[in-house]
Amino acid sequence: MQVQARLFATLRNHLPEDATDHTTQVELPEGATVEDLLEKLELPKDEVRVTMVNGRARPREWELEPDDEVGIFPAVGGG
Amino acid sequence: MWLIRINMADRSYTVEKAPAAFETLGGRGVTSTIVHDEVPPLSHPLGPSNKLVFSPGLLTGTAAPSSARISAGAKSPLTGGIKESNAGTAWAQHLANLGIKALVVEGQPEEKGAYWMAHLTWDDQEERPSIEFLPADDYLGQSLFDVFPKLYERFGERVTIAGVGVSGEYGYANSGIVYNDNNQRPNRYSGRGGMGAVMASKGLKFIVADPSGAPRREVADRELFNQGRRKMREALQEHAITQPKGGLNMYGTAVLINILNEAGGLPTRNFSSGRFEGAAKIAGEAIFEGIKDRAGEEVFNHGCSPGCIIQCSNTWLRPDGTEHVSCIEYESDWALGANCGIDSLDDIAEMVRLCNAYGFDTIETGTTIGVAMEAGVIPFGDGQGAINLVEEMGKGTPLGRILGGGTEFTGRAYGVTRVPTVKGQSMPAYEPRAVKGIGITYATSTMGADHTAGYTIGPEILAVGGDEDPLDPEGKAALSRAFQATTAFIDSIGHCLFIAFAILDIESGYEGMVEECNGLLGTDWTTDDVVPMGTEVLKKERAFNEAAGIGPAQDRVPEFMTREPLPPHNQVFDVPDEALDSVYGEL
Repeated sequence: MQVQARLFATLRNHLPEDATDHTTQVELPEGATVEDLLEKLELPKDEVRVTMVNGRARPREWELEPDDEVGIFPAVGGG
Repeated sequence: MWLIRINMADRSYTVEKAPAAFETLGGRGVTSTIVHDEVPPLSHPLGPSNKLVFSPGLLTGTAAPSSARISAGAKSPLTGGIKESNAGTAWAQHLANLGIKALVVEGQPEEKGAYWMAHLTWDDQEERPSIEFLPADDYLGQSLFDVFPKLYERFGERVTIAGVGVSGEYGYANSGIVYNDNNQRPNRYSGRGGMGAVMASKGLKFIVADPSGAPRREVADRELFNQGRRKMREALQEHAITQPKGGLNMYGTAVLINILNEAGGLPTRNFSSGRFEGAAKIAGEAIFEGIKDRAGEEVFNHGCSPGCIIQCSNTWLRPDGTEHVSCIEYESDWALGANCGIDSLDDIAEMVRLCNAYGFDTIETGTTIGVAMEAGVIPFGDGQGAINLVEEMGKGTPLGRILGGGTEFTGRAYGVTRVPTVKGQSMPAYEPRAVKGIGITYATSTMGADHTAGYTIGPEILAVGGDEDPLDPEGKAALSRAFQATTAFIDSIGHCLFIAFAILDIESGYEGMVEECNGLLGTDWTTDDVVPMGTEVLKKERAFNEAAGIGPAQDRVPEFMTREPLPPHNQVFDVPDEALDSVYGEL
């Protein structure tokens, strides 16, 4: 299945060169989890602070569905 | 330390020892105490009975990191309630260096339209601060970018400045008090609540501070103080948000644009959606890349004030690489960007520059333009039109004066029902329907809608200091109450609120904060004392508001938020009234 991954802030360095708007399409096996997506993207897992699936914060073990939009963030803050 | 009272009716002043009760109070704790004790709650905010109080934080002027904070307090012309408006600037340190606990500006000159400056220096012979009043009429009606260099030329490179722009002279409810940054630029603000108009109503245009010759501050237990500030420094340097080349230092506060957009909580086109299709173009990442392109190299952010080790302020550049404005904060970026449907950083930067030139609160300005767009004055997304509106405000045209009255005033002038305000103050950059806890803070804060009053965004969105579902209202009243009390404490000791990211996650940093205070003051506070001490400040503010006619009935979000579902999560604000009432009911 295909999911859409969006990487932000310092994690942008892990996007493929041709990615636009922070976004890349990723092919994953059915039943793959957020954790599987992080592994596929070769992200430094200790730097990933927040993962959102379709705009909701979801844990690493969350099972993804085809066409899910996954936002992946390091620790960010401001105000 | 000293308590100075200025009477602007005759430009006289007194300098006396601050009362013993103030020894362990600073910043917001001092300003809210004096406003509560001395300002008649039903007085007109721009009349002679109101008082404008400045107080540096307890730790301000010491070597504690990121602690150059000033509190400006008064009865607010925007909300009609008590106000504490907080800024980071070297002027705060100069006040503390002069040994000033509080500077209280009282009275009003009989001459309409006459303005003075107060030149604040150290008197070696009397061993106390001293003030000279000078006419300020030559500086009226001008951009602060023109006036600040004249003041530095006149008073010397080492002084610091607090002042008001034309927004204050016009008496706008949207008018801040401006302070210098580290490069003598007029861009640090006590922005919220119309404090500029209060200062101008007293005929006071600038306060120029020069602490040369003042003695060093005494520290009760130097070893403990140093231990505390070391723990604080280590926490700030270790945490990914506040560390060098971390989120704030690299991308600035606007690093939040993308995460709030992703969470569906970025108010867009006057709070009609939680997502903005142009978010990536105005986000902190785009600011960093834009500056890199135009500067030809990576540029990391700078501090707003001396001694800050977080350093989150950017300087946006024009296409030719010259300076456009410092700085584009998250709130400004959102208010003048997403909230107006504008996705051009150059347009946003120009509006921030104009706000700094005239003395406007960028949040209130952006939300006011959003309401004007809703009313059809100009279309959403019209960057040049929005720039023109800020110019109208600065020129004091009839339309500009309506807009300068603030978001709620503008909504009323145009018959708009979607007006995002609480207690007359507009909401900042987090949608209450998508982030319920911050909605509770907006609704109940003594300040009107104010994100800094109880920043539940930490646990609700950022996974800092806990992990809460932003769409779930359950338990959020207690969360907001705890954050509001903790914030009142931090605003009183004079640390930048951004230390909270580090100390909520790193326990030794939290301990360090308390040890800094104990070392400085010789007290024996524990971490358990933080919330009760903050609560005492909130109680005074709440009592003032209730006496001013602002009670539980005003602790509500606007009706449209309870009726109109917000995309993409299609949520309304569903926090029960009983929960809102419990925030201060159970304080």
